[in-house]
Amino acid sequence: MDLSPRLRWTLRILMVLGLGFLYVPLILVVLNAFNRSRTFSFPPSGLTLRWWHAAAQSDAARTALWTSVKAGLGATAIALVLGTMAAFAVQRYHFFGRTTISFLVILPIALPGIVTGIALNAAFRTALDPLGIGFGLTTVIIGHATFCIVLVYNNVQARLRRMGGSLEEASADLGATGFQTFRLVTFPVLRGALVAGALLAFGLSFDEIVVTTFTSSPSVQTLPLWIFGNLFRPTQAPVVNVAAAVLIVVAVLPVWLAQRLADDSATSRF
Amino acid sequence: MAADQGLTQNGRGAVSAFFATKRKTRLGLLLSAPMLWLVVAYLGSLVVLLVSALWTTDTFTGNVVHTYTTDNLHTVFTESLYRTVAFRTILVALLVTVIDAVIAFPMAFYMSKVASRRTSRILVVAVLTPLWASYLVKAYAWRTLLAPDGPLSWVTNGHTPGYGLTATVITLAYLWLPYMVIPIYAGFERVPRSLFEASSDLGAGSGRTIRSVILPMVFPAIAAGSIFTFSLTLGDYIAVGIVGGKTQMLANVIYGQLVTANNQPLAAALSIIPLIAIVLYLLLMRRTGALENV
Repeated sequence: MDLSPRLRWTLRILMVLGLGFLYVPLILVVLNAFNRSRTFSFPPSGLTLRWWHAAAQSDAARTALWTSVKAGLGATAIALVLGTMAAFAVQRYHFFGRTTISFLVILPIALPGIVTGIALNAAFRTALDPLGIGFGLTTVIIGHATFCIVLVYNNVQARLRRMGGSLEEASADLGATGFQTFRLVTFPVLRGALVAGALLAFGLSFDEIVVTTFTSSPSVQTLPLWIFGNLFRPTQAPVVNVAAAVLIVVAVLPVWLAQRLADDSATSRF
Repeated sequence: MAADQGLTQNGRGAVSAFFATKRKTRLGLLLSAPMLWLVVAYLGSLVVLLVSALWTTDTFTGNVVHTYTTDNLHTVFTESLYRTVAFRTILVALLVTVIDAVIAFPMAFYMSKVASRRTSRILVVAVLTPLWASYLVKAYAWRTLLAPDGPLSWVTNGHTPGYGLTATVITLAYLWLPYMVIPIYAGFERVPRSLFEASSDLGAGSGRTIRSVILPMVFPAIAAGSIFTFSLTLGDYIAVGIVGGKTQMLANVIYGQLVTANNQPLAAALSIIPLIAIVLYLLLMRRTGALENV
């Protein structure tokens, strides 16, 4: 073949090392959730499910989990509506400033989280406080929705591009109204992309911490905020370990599902 | 125009004109909500951020005072602490970018040119999946790994870097690695295999082929990946807080001003530094053709 065997072997070894670098820390976190000892001591003195019970009993951790779920669902719902609308506009119409839309949609995720976070914080203080809307779940959802739009947008847009306009035209030629066409033709084609986009948006919202820090109030804690708050408290270490393992599984699972539902670069975060 | 008028005479222009305006209305409706959100809520927030950098706080009550002054900007660009931290942050961002490029290059090379199509597809998913495992948890994983009695110290008999600047660089390089692998992989996919044969037919060894043929072709892709590693490092304060010990990066200082010192205007002024750095970096990278590769 075109590459020398020595180069092939070097590359193979570097690939394995690279994957090891990516996965060993994650495996250790999951392993640590079953560690019998209270500290990070390694190797684990034994495996136990005790901390999983302790975590399930922890009211604070449970409340935080529930807050994360609510924030994720709220942000996903908004992102679904806005992302789909923007995708339709860009794929089905030609208008001035069309290319700017893609840029605008990506911007909240492309800028560093701290810039987005601090900007939303400044805006909420200035605009929402006078309206009587304080920092809390609402502001967290608004913040998350802003950077989740791009995930739905990308998925729906890719699907619309592949679908083309001919199916909808055929439907209209056969006498279907606009609404019937959407219900019977467009939506069934889009369903997979919508579910994939929603799963990815939920996954991203679920583990977001930077924007959350700047848009939340002390009384509203998402799971990542709760973990971060308890990271440096030795007494909470075992429960934090379990929450961390849960976070890995809950964030990775939707991606695997999304991967199966949308074949066009659904896992792409950019 | 003439055709249009002809149609109007036939009475069909009215219908199509109605349809056209209806189409415009529909487009307007489709665009209204997303644009309201992104332009008003998001770009509006960025504007508020920039404007608030010109505000100041009441030294007595700590409340934000809406009078305009350039004091904050002056502080940001003259205070030696901020300059040191800004330089450190940019150096760390560059270092992380180089480390990621070095690790990602052979991985992407293998995925694209050595592995079979099936393996290659599996490897792409394998590289992307850790991106979705919680960012916080990944930083936390490195805290566990580098702990005084953690796995790394167990393997190396206590020779670990401990928490500090080195740990920060390792952790950030770990966090952003997939962002580098995927663009380079895409870059390799655009390099035709025949070039390898041509290069070796002309007598070049592997090293020479990589240096003179592959690197120049893949460089825009590396530049594209570097946008992520650079930008994400500039904005990070959580990982630094978790494994960095006392290390301060720009985002830590911004966070400190906003939350601990409660000086929102100064925090806003400070956040202009990463904003400028990223815009400059993007402009620099545009010259390499990286932006078409993102």
